[in-house]
Amino acid sequence: MSLKRILVVAGELILLLLVFLVIFGPMMSLFIWSVAIRWYWPSTLPQEVGFDYWRQALGLQKSLAIGAVSIVPAFFLSLSIAIVVVCIAMLIAIPAGYALAKYRIPFAALIMFLFLMPNAFPQQPIFVNLLRIFTRVGLAGTLPGVILVHILVGMVFGVWITSATFRAIPPHLEEAARSVGAGKTRAFFRITMPLAAPGLLASAVFVFITSLDEFTGTFFIGLPWINTLPMTLYSSSGYNMQFASVIAIILLIPSILFMALIQRVLRAEYVGGMG
Amino acid sequence: MPNLTLDHVVKSYGKLRAVDDLSLEVRDGELLTLLGPSGCGKTTTLRAVSGFVALNSGRIFIGQRNITDIPPERRGIGLVFQNYALWPHMTVFQNLAFGLQLKKLPKQTIKKKIEKSLAMVKLAGYEDRYPRQLSGGQQQRVALARALVLEPDILLLDEPLSNLDALLREQMRFEIAQIHKQAGITSIYVTHDQTEAMVISDRIAVMNQGKIVQIGRPEGIYSAPASKFVAGFMGTTTFIHGKVSGTARERIVVQTDSGLSIQGKGEQLAAGNEVDVAIRPENIRFLTTPADIRKQGKENTFEARVTRASYVGELVDYQLDLKGSLLRAKGETANPLSEGTTIHIYIEPEQLSILKA
Repeated sequence: MSLKRILVVAGELILLLLVFLVIFGPMMSLFIWSVAIRWYWPSTLPQEVGFDYWRQALGLQKSLAIGAVSIVPAFFLSLSIAIVVVCIAMLIAIPAGYALAKYRIPFAALIMFLFLMPNAFPQQPIFVNLLRIFTRVGLAGTLPGVILVHILVGMVFGVWITSATFRAIPPHLEEAARSVGAGKTRAFFRITMPLAAPGLLASAVFVFITSLDEFTGTFFIGLPWINTLPMTLYSSSGYNMQFASVIAIILLIPSILFMALIQRVLRAEYVGGMG
Repeated sequence: MPNLTLDHVVKSYGKLRAVDDLSLEVRDGELLTLLGPSGCGKTTTLRAVSGFVALNSGRIFIGQRNITDIPPERRGIGLVFQNYALWPHMTVFQNLAFGLQLKKLPKQTIKKKIEKSLAMVKLAGYEDRYPRQLSGGQQQRVALARALVLEPDILLLDEPLSNLDALLREQMRFEIAQIHKQAGITSIYVTHDQTEAMVISDRIAVMNQGKIVQIGRPEGIYSAPASKFVAGFMGTTTFIHGKVSGTARERIVVQTDSGLSIQGKGEQLAAGNEVDVAIRPENIRFLTTPADIRKQGKENTFEARVTRASYVGELVDYQLDLKGSLLRAKGETANPLSEGTTIHIYIEPEQLSILKA
């Protein structure tokens, strides 16, 4: 191997390492913090390592000394909210996305814009206003109130991605199904739905992750009675880096799992199927 | 096989009349082509027959059955689309089986029918392939088989060959014509390609601005176009403008603006009428020897200059300047004329259409 070749390979390796560090560096620090019992300047690595914070967070140990609380109830609350939000949001998003993609709807652009609104403007003023309204109708501080807020925030992904998915499916495919004797409904469920499935799944995953991570709306509408995982993370992160890291990692798990799932489905079905 | 009748069909989009009071009968087992430029209403007509476009007025019949208000899935019409529209998540077998399963036919029957119709389009053994594993031509044949396997009353083909490359397109023309003859299904074929229409059709309906401007057998339409539009659309045609100066032995004599006197055939024309002489490459004969020129006489014999000569394989494609009008002509490859040459040409009056301007 010539010197030039060695230099090139070495350069590539260094570049790869740098990229790796940029992407995974901050995450590594999360992992280290989550197991650090004592970590003071100027030490590069923690002086004392242990799983006390993990045990405490997972409710396996109860010690008042390290100040962390069990996050198990918050985790299951967040998960339940996210599942309910996905179900309701997709029930609305699939027909809405289909209609926006396939039919000439008056003010279609405006409707799309309305779905985008909660994400296009600073969220605080919107939720402060929403809090006033929700307080009046008795939704503030309740589970349904928080679910509604999550649907509002997640809907943009629901409708935008589903309508883009349906738009990508040539209309002739459904017409061909009808020409061989399938009614509108059957053509939709046998032809359009299977082809749209990967896109619909992707949009559901985005709604799910949005709900799982939602902070601002839950903060205004839910607190102090509805304590989701991001709320718990926020209230503890200021003083307790270890505990915050544990929660952050736990929040990361469903996201990574779902991303992996989308990747698989998108590659196998969507790209292949659409030819 | 039943016939298909369109009775005063109108479809408007806003102010635009896409199909304008169109009446048409497609006879039993006939293949009729709707031919016209894009935007002439041919595709809208086809979509009206298939049921995807609701009419403003008019009626459509299959045999005696009024299908005007029947949804597409209950019309019994087979469709072949320009972009094939095969279902990408199903194999060839599943694509063909879908409609048969909806009819609740027994499995064995379905299998037999699919085998038979794949054999018809020369794709036996391709049952388990996915559409993406097939070439464009093969996909279009599957699309054809999918429509034929249901034995529909009517078959509609919407520019089925325009996504294929030129060589394959030419080959598929004959195949479609043959398959149609074999299946004997009353069919409408939409295209903007006049050669395709000539090869494939029993009859051609030339459309323009939502109306049928001429309908008839391919030879009839080609040799006796009813208007300048039809003449311009069928083949390579040069128009020379002029005025009728008189008639001589059942022929119309035209004095062109460029000062030529040309004889041809035309209907319902009188002296003084403004006309266009429609000259096609095959109307032009080269007179290469003095003997030829003497023999032919002066009638319809002109001097023209070769402005371009392109060798295209089986013949030479010429562009000729005839007193300022550029004509196209075809010549033999044996003794090609070079550019700039002046040559005597004879235009056969029997084949020359004189049309009202």
